[in-house]
Amino acid sequence: MSEPRLRTERLSVGYHKKALISGIELELRRGRIMTLIGPNGAGKSTILKSLIRQLPLIGGAVYLGGEDMAALSERDVARKLSVLMTAHVRPELMTCFDVAATGRYPYTGRLGILTQEDRDKTARSLELVHAADLADRDFSRISDGQRQRVLLARALNQEPEVLVLDEPTSFLDIRHKLELLAILKDMVRSRNLAVVMSLHELDLAQKISDWVVCVRGDSIARQGPPEEIFTAEYIADLYGAARGSYNALYGSLELEAASGAPEVFVIGGGGAGIPVYRRLQRQGTPFAAGVLGENDLDYPVARALAVETVSEKPFRPIGEEALRRAANLMEGCARVLCPVEDFGEMNEGNRRLRELARGQGKLDESGL
Amino acid sequence: MKDNRPRCAAGLALLTALVLALLVWNISAGSVSIPLGEVLSALLKPSESGIIWGMRLPRLLAAAILGGALSVSGFLLQTFFANPIAGPFVLGISSGAKLTVALVMVTFLSRGIVISSMAMVAGAFAGSMISMGFVLLMSRRVRNMSMLVVCGIMIGNICSAITDFVITFSDDSNIVNLHNWSLGSFSGTSWENVRLMAWVVGAALVLTFLLSKPIGAYQMGEVYAQSMGVNIKRFRAELILLSSLLSACVTAFAGPISFVGIAVPHLVKGLFRTAKPIVIIPGCFLGGAAFCLFCDLIARTAFAPRDMSISSVTAVFGAPVVLYLMASRRGGKGARA
Repeated sequence: MSEPRLRTERLSVGYHKKALISGIELELRRGRIMTLIGPNGAGKSTILKSLIRQLPLIGGAVYLGGEDMAALSERDVARKLSVLMTAHVRPELMTCFDVAATGRYPYTGRLGILTQEDRDKTARSLELVHAADLADRDFSRISDGQRQRVLLARALNQEPEVLVLDEPTSFLDIRHKLELLAILKDMVRSRNLAVVMSLHELDLAQKISDWVVCVRGDSIARQGPPEEIFTAEYIADLYGAARGSYNALYGSLELEAASGAPEVFVIGGGGAGIPVYRRLQRQGTPFAAGVLGENDLDYPVARALAVETVSEKPFRPIGEEALRRAANLMEGCARVLCPVEDFGEMNEGNRRLRELARGQGKLDESGL
Repeated sequence: MKDNRPRCAAGLALLTALVLALLVWNISAGSVSIPLGEVLSALLKPSESGIIWGMRLPRLLAAAILGGALSVSGFLLQTFFANPIAGPFVLGISSGAKLTVALVMVTFLSRGIVISSMAMVAGAFAGSMISMGFVLLMSRRVRNMSMLVVCGIMIGNICSAITDFVITFSDDSNIVNLHNWSLGSFSGTSWENVRLMAWVVGAALVLTFLLSKPIGAYQMGEVYAQSMGVNIKRFRAELILLSSLLSACVTAFAGPISFVGIAVPHLVKGLFRTAKPIVIIPGCFLGGAAFCLFCDLIARTAFAPRDMSISSVTAVFGAPVVLYLMASRRGGKGARA
C-alpha cells in the first residue's frame, strides 16, 4: 500500500503551548474524504489549523506524503496542500479571476507574474466549480455561495494533493451546500485528491465522508467509517444532546418529545404519520403512535417523538397482541387521529382500530 | 477575461508624464518666475549658486522622492493592517520619528556638533520603529480599524506634545529652525540630502518591489498568504522595516507630512482599477511624487515669497479623500484576516 497523503503521529494541538487535544492519530489516503465532527468549540478548527501550520504543533508530527511537514519549506507545502478556511476574505479591487489566480502563487516566479499557462489553469479551475461566468466580477460583490466556489477554485488552482477545508458549507443555503459538496466529491474522484474537512451538518457529513473523526474537547473520541459513527446513541452522546435525538438512518434531527401521559393516539403508517407527529410535538401534546411495522417510514420518527409507540415486526400483518396494546393506549387518550387512508393486508388491524375509535366517538377527522 | 494590463500601462505612462510636467513647472514657477526657455539652458549648465541648481532643483527632487516614499509607505501599512485609512501619519509613525529627530537635533546642536543627514535618518528610523511597536501592540488588542487609527492619532499626539516640549526648552537659536521643520517643509534641502535620500528611498523601493508577490498574497489575508507559501513572520518583519524606513526618511528630511500616505494609494488604485502591488508600488511612487510636487508648488507660490508648511497643503487635498474613504466603508468595518 502506498504512503498516506496525510498522516499524524501522536499529534498534540492547542494554543499558547498548552495542549488542548493530544494523541491525535489520523491517516488520510488519496481519493478519500475525512470529516471532523463534534460540538462547537471541541477543537475541529484547532486541529485543521495545526495541520496547515497556521498554529505551531504542541507535540508529535504531521507527515505530508510521507515527509515530515516541519522539515518542508513553505513553497513545498504550498504545492502539495491548499486550504479553504473560514477567515473572511474581502480583498480590495480583485476580480474572481484574480482571486482564483492567487492559487498559482507557489508556481510563479520572483515577481508572481502569471504565464499564459497559469491563466489557462485558472480559467479551468473556475470552470470546474461552475464559476467561469464570475471571472470578471468583483470578488467582494458576489454572494456567499459564489464566494465559496471561487475560493474552492483558488484552492484547486494550487494543484494540491491534500485539500483542507474548515466548515466550507457554513452560511450557505441548502442548494449551495449541496452544490459545493457535489463539486468536492467530483474533484476527489477525478483528481484523486485527499480531503480533510470539518462539517457542522451531520446529515451531510454522514453522506459525503469516507472516514469520520469525532472530536470532543480533549481527545479524538472515536473515528471510523460513517456507518460505525452515525448511530443515534453515539451522536447524542458526542454532542451531549439531551433535548432531542438524531436519526441515524435518515441523518435527520428530531426535537425533544413532549412528556406526560399520551393525550392523542395517532394511527399512522407509510409516511402519513410524520407530519402529524411533528405538529403534535410542536404543540407540546404528548401522544402515542401505532400500529407501525418496524420497517415503516413513520416508525423512526414515532420512536423519537411519541411517548409510546406500538409496533409490529417487519413485513408482518398487524397481529392481535399489538392491536390489544394499541386499544389499551387509545382508552387513555381523549382523541384519535388517523391520517392513513389506504388500508391493505398488512395494516388491516389499523382499519379496525379506526373503526373502534369512531365507535367510541374519539376519532377526530377535522383535526388533520 | 478582461485584461487590465493596458489600463495599468497607460496609468503608469500618465503618471510619469505628470511627474515630468510638474518638475518643469516647479522649476520655472516661484517667487522669481523663470521662462521655460531659460529653464532648459540653465539645466544644462549646473551651477550650485543659481536659483535653479542651488535652490529649486534639490527642493523639488526632495518633494518628488519623499512624496513617492510616503505613498509607498502608506500602501505597505494599508496592506499590513488590512485597513484603507492606515498611513504613517495617522498611525503616529511620522510623529514618533519627529520626536526622535527633534531630540537628536537638540542634543547635537546644543553641543555644537553638526548633524549629518545620516544621523537624522537613523534617529527618525528609531523613532518610527518605536511608534510602530506601540501601534503593533495596540493592534493585537483592537481589531476594529477605526479604533486602531484613533490609537495611532493618540500616539501621534503624545509624540507631538513631547516634541513641542523639547523645542520649547531648546536654545533660542535652534527654535526657529526646529519649529519650521516640525511643521513639515521641503525648503532648505541640500544636494547632500538629496543624494542620501535617493539612495535610501531607492534601495527601499527596490526591496519593496521585490516583495510585490507576497504583498499580493497578503492582500488575501494572512491565512491564505501562509497557505500559498509566504513565510508570514519574515514577511511581516520586512514590511514593517521597509514602511518604517520609508516614512522615517521623509520625516528626517522634511518633517511629518500628513495624508499623502492614505490619499495617493487610494487614488492610484482607483486609477488602475486594481490593487496588484506589482503596478501599484511604482504607481504609488509616481503618484506620490506628482502629488507632493503639486502641493509644494502651491506651498511655495500661493503666498510667495512666504512658504506655507507642506502639511497644510497636503491636508487640504488629502483629507477629503480620507473622509470619503471612511464614509464609504460601511461604518468602518474593515475585514481583518
